[in-house]
Amino acid sequence: MRNIAIIAKREFKGYFATPLALVFIVIFLALTGAFAFYVGNFFGRGYADLSPFFAYHPWLFLLLVPAIGMRLWAEERKSGTIELLMTLPVSTLDAVLGKFFAAWAFCGLALALTFPMWITVNMLGDPDNGIIVTSYIGSFVMAGAFLSISACISSLTKNQVIAFIIAATVCFLFTMSGAQLVLNFFQGWAPDVLVDALRSMSFLTHFSAVTQGVIDMKDVVFFGSLIVMWLFLNIIAVEINKGR
Amino acid sequence: MAEMIALSRLTKRFGPLTAVDGIDMKVSRGEVLGFLGPNGAGKSTTMKMVTGFLAPTGGSALVDGIDVTVDPVKAKQRIGYLPEGAPCYGDMTPRGFLNFIADVRALSGKERDKAIDETIERVEIAGVLDQPIETLSKGFKRRVGLAQAILHNPPVLILDEPTDGLDPNQKHQVRTLIQEMAADKAVVISTHILEEVEAVCTRAVVIARGKILADGTPEDLLKRSPLHNAVHVRVAAAAAAAVEGDLKALSVVGAVIREQAGNGYCEFSVTSKSGAPIAPDVAALLKDKGHPVSDLKTEKGALDAVFREITRGPDKKPAEAPHA
Ligand SMILES: Nc1ncnc2c1ncn2[C@@H]1O[C@H](COP(=O)(O)OP(=O)(O)OP(=O)(O)O)[C@@H](O)[C@H]1O
Ligand SMILES: [Mg+2]
Repeated sequence: MRNIAIIAKREFKGYFATPLALVFIVIFLALTGAFAFYVGNFFGRGYADLSPFFAYHPWLFLLLVPAIGMRLWAEERKSGTIELLMTLPVSTLDAVLGKFFAAWAFCGLALALTFPMWITVNMLGDPDNGIIVTSYIGSFVMAGAFLSISACISSLTKNQVIAFIIAATVCFLFTMSGAQLVLNFFQGWAPDVLVDALRSMSFLTHFSAVTQGVIDMKDVVFFGSLIVMWLFLNIIAVEINKGR
Repeated sequence: MAEMIALSRLTKRFGPLTAVDGIDMKVSRGEVLGFLGPNGAGKSTTMKMVTGFLAPTGGSALVDGIDVTVDPVKAKQRIGYLPEGAPCYGDMTPRGFLNFIADVRALSGKERDKAIDETIERVEIAGVLDQPIETLSKGFKRRVGLAQAILHNPPVLILDEPTDGLDPNQKHQVRTLIQEMAADKAVVISTHILEEVEAVCTRAVVIARGKILADGTPEDLLKRSPLHNAVHVRVAAAAAAAVEGDLKALSVVGAVIREQAGNGYCEFSVTSKSGAPIAPDVAALLKDKGHPVSDLKTEKGALDAVFREITRGPDKKPAEAPHA
């Protein structure tokens, strides 16, 4: 537990040692705003809620979260510091979780900095703040799922760009698998079980359920088990790849 | 337990290549073991297995009686390790970095402050404490790496080429440091600088192609030199032929090698047949025969000649490229 916190602290500070943190937060805020106002027609809809804001989160995350996760392991392996880290008295689990929590906390920070949206919508009207809270939680948990994918893939390569591209692609597949476009492609020839499985793997399906204001056990379990699975794979990948 | 490191049949394969091939070795407290061998011999790979970074393909490594694969965290607590190339987090400052290491090593309170201050003083990095590590010169980076390894005063110290890239003053400083710390520690250093072995090591292990070829004190190794206890003689060129003949007739002499002539002088290397000191015999002989000698000194033999001899073998086949 202690070691996880120590590693997370170092990692979290690391984001601020370079312009990465600032660039990321500015872009994240600009894009969430732009999507909500222009694409989502925030003002024109006549409703005081944040659903146009949250609706684009899966699409933003699938590009931005891999950008946060790509450095986690690829950089350590490239610079050789992984040898330093893994010969300190910390377990691989500590290291994997420490890094994951640091990056997740960073996502949380970026998300928290969108609070002016919340204030705005409360000034304009009378939104259901319960839905907004669950949506924020849902968005944060979804970011964690995207991040666990990105962290795991980051440990498969020494090249951050490759880590980013592959992670973004995998995130895209997880997001898209529920879209009708994709399902149509499988329907007709693939067994129904597969189509249902695909639909149930989709981040979109689960996230939109959460943004309706209901936190369903099913969705919690979905994201939770996904995170656990990818972090488990992350541990294995680090163990196998660290010496290469 | 005096025996801090115990390797038995330690083996590492990378695909078809056997980088470390069944190494047996024990290192006790108070020993400074110099780990020598040509490039690619398997020194770093061995160290990586002892420090728990790489899993052995076979055999075992015990640190203070703890198998590093069974209880890696406990074993790693007892080790200070400077990896090859001294990797450090470049975006941190030495101060931040040492604080991080102190946290991970669970140092706290007064003990922690003392450890950090002492270490900074020992490796002389006080002047660069707040400069990002990536902007430090190579030598200073290495010092920060070294600081990280000794911060928690570990009973086992494993340093992979600790003086590589240091200036002569710092090399000396680090060697002194190692000697100071050696009394209650088991220290393993790998190096390509053979004077370093003579200067700091109580024991030298030579490996090539993953196998131990020699294990003994630096003096033991020197004894293997054909020039060990050889005598270097300088005489007037006019007497050269007579001197050569007389020396060859001496029973304790192995070979007489004429080295260089010129300036009216001629020099010989006279090797000892048994390896025992022969200088008195040679001096007496030259005096008896009335040859004027302008210089006479005993050679210890050079460790690098022994190293070459051991790792390449008399047939001069290169030990490198084991996978070729
Ligand atoms: N991850 C790896 N994958 C494949 N081969 C490796 C790997 N690491 C080391 N080797 C090989 O193992 C052998 C031993 O390497 P090692 O780094 O232990 O040598 P060394 O004795 O430390 O050499 P040097 O003096 O150059 O540092 C080399 O042939 C090297 O190419
Ligand atoms: Mg090496």
